[in-house]
Amino acid sequence: MENNVVLSIKNLHVHYVTADATAKAVNGIDIEVREGEALGLVGETGAGKTTTALSVMQLIPDPPGIIVDGEINFEGKNVIYNTDRENQKMRGNGIAMIFQDPMTALNPIMSVGDQLAEVVLTHEKISKAEAKKRVIDLLEIVGVKSDRYDDYPHQFSGGQKQRVVIAMSLLCNPRLLIADEPTTALDVTIQAQVLDIINKLREQYKMSMILITHDLGVVAETCDNVAIMYAGHIVEKGTVREVYLHPKHPYTRGLFDSIPKLDDDATELIPIEGAISNAADLPTGCYFHPRCKYCQEICRREQPPQQGDAHKFMCHFDLFSKEEA
Amino acid sequence: MGNNVLIETKRLKKYFPVPAGFLHAVDDVNLTINKGETIGIVGESGCGKSTLGRVILRLHEATSGDVLYDGMNVNDFTDDEMRYMRQNMQIIFQDPYASLNPRMTIGQIIEEPLKLHKMYKTAEERRKRVEELMQLVGLPMRSYNQYPHEFDGGRRQRVVIARALSINPQFIVCDEPVSALDVSVQAQILNLLMELQKKMQLTYMFISHDLSVVKHISTNIGVMYLGQLIEKAPKNEIFNTPLHPYTIALLSAIPSTNVLKRNKKIILKGEITSPINPKVGCRFAARCPFATDRCHSENPVFEEARPDHFVACHRWKEVADGTLKFDL
Repeated sequence: MENNVVLSIKNLHVHYVTADATAKAVNGIDIEVREGEALGLVGETGAGKTTTALSVMQLIPDPPGIIVDGEINFEGKNVIYNTDRENQKMRGNGIAMIFQDPMTALNPIMSVGDQLAEVVLTHEKISKAEAKKRVIDLLEIVGVKSDRYDDYPHQFSGGQKQRVVIAMSLLCNPRLLIADEPTTALDVTIQAQVLDIINKLREQYKMSMILITHDLGVVAETCDNVAIMYAGHIVEKGTVREVYLHPKHPYTRGLFDSIPKLDDDATELIPIEGAISNAADLPTGCYFHPRCKYCQEICRREQPPQQGDAHKFMCHFDLFSKEEA
Repeated sequence: MGNNVLIETKRLKKYFPVPAGFLHAVDDVNLTINKGETIGIVGESGCGKSTLGRVILRLHEATSGDVLYDGMNVNDFTDDEMRYMRQNMQIIFQDPYASLNPRMTIGQIIEEPLKLHKMYKTAEERRKRVEELMQLVGLPMRSYNQYPHEFDGGRRQRVVIARALSINPQFIVCDEPVSALDVSVQAQILNLLMELQKKMQLTYMFISHDLSVVKHISTNIGVMYLGQLIEKAPKNEIFNTPLHPYTIALLSAIPSTNVLKRNKKIILKGEITSPINPKVGCRFAARCPFATDRCHSENPVFEEARPDHFVACHRWKEVADGTLKFDL
């Protein structure tokens, strides 16, 4: 089974340590991404989504960030012990990342074409002319006309910039693409265009993807599997269909109940009371217990075990299976 | 109609001077808002929806056109009269991190409008009112002496709402009030806004780019594109039988959580064009698959296609009878 697994994260713990406090951002997560798979990583602000992504990229700011425990195996090699040289080789070629904000991901004083060509020239021994050709080809694919090669980032609109960033991440044919809220800064019609491009390219290059977002709709439309994060834990994981149709964790349930649904008029929104716990001051027991409607004595005391096989969830109980049956 | 109308804009325009000419942020908008309704305004960033809200409140002066509030022309008010009028019209901004003074306590923040409008004589009366408001929006009393930085986004937005409500307004412009919040918290604030509307007979103009949120909270929905209102109708009408090609594309692009029913998306070509010195003709024509020569040369009229359903498109009749359909 190991052979087509591209990325496997085991028991990852990441803390941010300052003189005053230790923020426990990621608290023992396991993730596996297979060849060609798209995994959605969903959660609210502070759930540890971006920290997970940065750990994989080996970009955790240190200090204050420390990977305290765990393994991150990319193509069978634990990247935590990588040298800077190895990391640089891995980024771009192996794993590429699209950051949330296209406005700050590009160098403002370098033309778009030049900064894209730089990526190719850094990673591969090819001539400048070849690099330029590759850049122009890819820009065409993502829908940026080649006559914009010499334009600067400020001359592009948000949607166009995000296309440039996507082109940049794909220049060296990465095996895994990590997209951190790639469409959050964009409008819906542009978002549809960008997701369409990502989906097509993913198929074409047989690329795996981790899509980080808080938008359950975007995940439903682009991913095969989904992992729901809360306070540094993955509280539920499974195929999109399974998790969306039969959510088993009270937090996942709460997320679905709290978003307005387009094809369902009558429903009243049921919010999750309270707010996510501070990572520097996590509660005892289940991290979700202060906000959980179904909280029992044991939830305050003990961390819940993981239940289920293909569809995993982290709860002391199996609250919703019976009512569905 | 008649006396049920709270706000009416007539050929409202707001142009901003830029080096290349004029940016048409709001261009010829005729909008009627009835008492007690929530009008949702949707559109892409840069389409002028926030500017429209601000011009209605006269936070920006209109370039031309009128805003009638209860039949009175807002543009005619002197500064003093306007200050008095502001008791009726308030705004809730998107970013609760930027709209609260970090050096004031929660109590002081909510109290400030009361002082400004001299609504109560004594400090005790004001304090009582502030406590009332805090209870109304679900803030614990101990937060009275706390500072904004001690609060998360959801609770800050509650403070902003309490402040807006402090002087008993009739009309509130909610400018993306939940966009900066996480979904679980977003639902808390949406429920609060709806509950307050019922309790205090408020009229909302709810500006957002999130169509599911707008559908949830609004009674009527207006769609803006490049400074113009291109379609307006009761919400179910907009969602069930949209007439403007842009509205149709916009609605199809909303990512849905329904995994059983996958709708095909309409992927528009190109992007919103520049609002600086726009050319004559329909502003959506450049992206519209149905555009004809007429669309490029003649401005469509914002007309009543069906009762209460307004649209600005030369070809809405063909959309309505099904002759024009998007290729999926």
